[in-house]
Amino acid sequence: MSTTTPAVTTETAGGGPAKRAKKPPLSEGAKAERRLGLLLITPAVIVMLAVTAYPVIYAIFLSLERYNLELPQDVKIIGFANYAAVLSSSYWWTALEVTVIITVISVSITLVLGMLLAQVLHRTLFARGLVRTVSLIPYGIVTVAAAYSWQYAWTPGQGYLAALFNNNAPLTSQAQAIAVIIIAEIWKTTPFMGLLLLAGLSLVPEDLQKAARVDGATAWQRFTKITLPLMKPAILVALLFRTLDSFRIFDNIFILTNGNNGTASVSTLGYDNLFNALNLGIGSTISILIFICVAIIATIFILGFGTAAPGSDNLDRR
Amino acid sequence: MAVITPRQRTGWGTANLVVIALALLPVFWLVSLSFKTPAAILDPSLWPAQWTWGNYSGILRSSQFLRPLVNSIGIGIISTIIAVLFASMAAYAVARLAFPGKRVLVGLALLIAMFPQIALVTPMFTIERSLGLFNTWFGLIIPYVAFGLPLGIYTLSAFFREIPWELEKAAKMDGATPFQAFIRVIAPLAAPGMVTTAILVFLICWSDFLLAISFTSTISSRTAPAAMEYFSGGSVFTVPTGPIAAAAVVITIPIIIFVLFFQRRIVAGLTSGAVKG
Repeated sequence: MSTTTPAVTTETAGGGPAKRAKKPPLSEGAKAERRLGLLLITPAVIVMLAVTAYPVIYAIFLSLERYNLELPQDVKIIGFANYAAVLSSSYWWTALEVTVIITVISVSITLVLGMLLAQVLHRTLFARGLVRTVSLIPYGIVTVAAAYSWQYAWTPGQGYLAALFNNNAPLTSQAQAIAVIIIAEIWKTTPFMGLLLLAGLSLVPEDLQKAARVDGATAWQRFTKITLPLMKPAILVALLFRTLDSFRIFDNIFILTNGNNGTASVSTLGYDNLFNALNLGIGSTISILIFICVAIIATIFILGFGTAAPGSDNLDRR
Repeated sequence: MAVITPRQRTGWGTANLVVIALALLPVFWLVSLSFKTPAAILDPSLWPAQWTWGNYSGILRSSQFLRPLVNSIGIGIISTIIAVLFASMAAYAVARLAFPGKRVLVGLALLIAMFPQIALVTPMFTIERSLGLFNTWFGLIIPYVAFGLPLGIYTLSAFFREIPWELEKAAKMDGATPFQAFIRVIAPLAAPGMVTTAILVFLICWSDFLLAISFTSTISSRTAPAAMEYFSGGSVFTVPTGPIAAAAVVITIPIIIFVLFFQRRIVAGLTSGAVKG
């Protein structure tokens, strides 16, 4: 479920009905409220910082060291040599390329399919509950369980999908294996995208659609001129989280190909460096580089959000 | 959509069937594999010619699966309780109280929701080994709580905002402290939101694979998704397809139950933000 955390983070941009009480300048009550507020957030903040901020800072130190678990006596600060090693390695660039390809293709297709699914869920007149329930299964299923299903389905001589495709072994060729991984990702994440978009879709006023229809707009015109612009915030939020989520793809690749035949993602590469090469220095360097990539992606999206960015000034409005 | 023609009805009906079929096919394939006999495991047909419980009785008698299953349930429940508790406190503060640093908290939660977990694995592995947390339940519970918290804080603060403010004011007028107002008045009203949050957080813990394979080394704390990697076949030449499929079905059952009984809540929780965003 690590793949689904972000859904709700868009929340702060919302306007709840509740209004915050006007605060008198630091009366006793306001002071007590401040104290209580800080007290209540303390445990959450401590855990979140302990698990992220501290390890990241530690990883920065580790990335500047030569530190191989097999050679514990040979730990030495070597500056940016690890970065030079990783950035001049074809493994890193291949993994980055594979990750970007998987992310771009799977997120684009998921967006289109998610939009179709949202339309189906929105317009469906009967069995709506059933369709929603069933489409939640791919979202909820353990990625590893689904990945095994795909793996066996594509195993020649064993799987129903392999049988359909003349029993060649797609998981052993780079391009085909990446295609299989992308299919697995799309299957898993389309329902989530669909539900987020459905929420945005339900905000599009029906009257506007009707008025446009009366004015003679075609279904496609109504979709592109009314639905899409009104859904832009929902789409951007869904895209941001799907993109970041897809960029850290690990489970599907680990089970389907274990990163063989040039299908390693940046995450599986980082994992291999730690647990197979036992190289803490290089592993940490990869961690930091992934962190930087994610920061870049997030920045690009948040610039795209403009004022609608989650966590921006909307928070103080209510 | 005021007038529905029979053609539209057929169209949407077909679309529904396609959605259902696509969503269920890989799950059905797992179920099918899990009931196939070892001899028939290489038969690519979707419907087993002969059904057997053998794979299930096999894994449910093996500590290689049972123990990890217990770990998954225990770690999942403990992490969920802690995360929902901490998230409720923080979400209450975010939704109801004026205090400095609110924006920092929201930003931090957003950052963690987007965090690439692999970036944590190397440093956390080293830290956990030096603290003796490696290969223990708490070695997984701590990161699970941290990754459940952002989701919890966002979902719960959305739910908390829907709760009628006046009730809390009334409680305060009757002499309750803000803390009492929280425990006695808001918390019971927030229970539905907390259930939703608990389900979503539990699903995060239940599905995690990367942290589970990184921070455990034996079945004493390995969770079920991580344990499937280590199943062995009858001999070194056989792949344990049947047992793995059965295990995959077993760990999918709780998800199907959640989805069946809490479909509305899950959808509401997942989209509580996006709707208004």
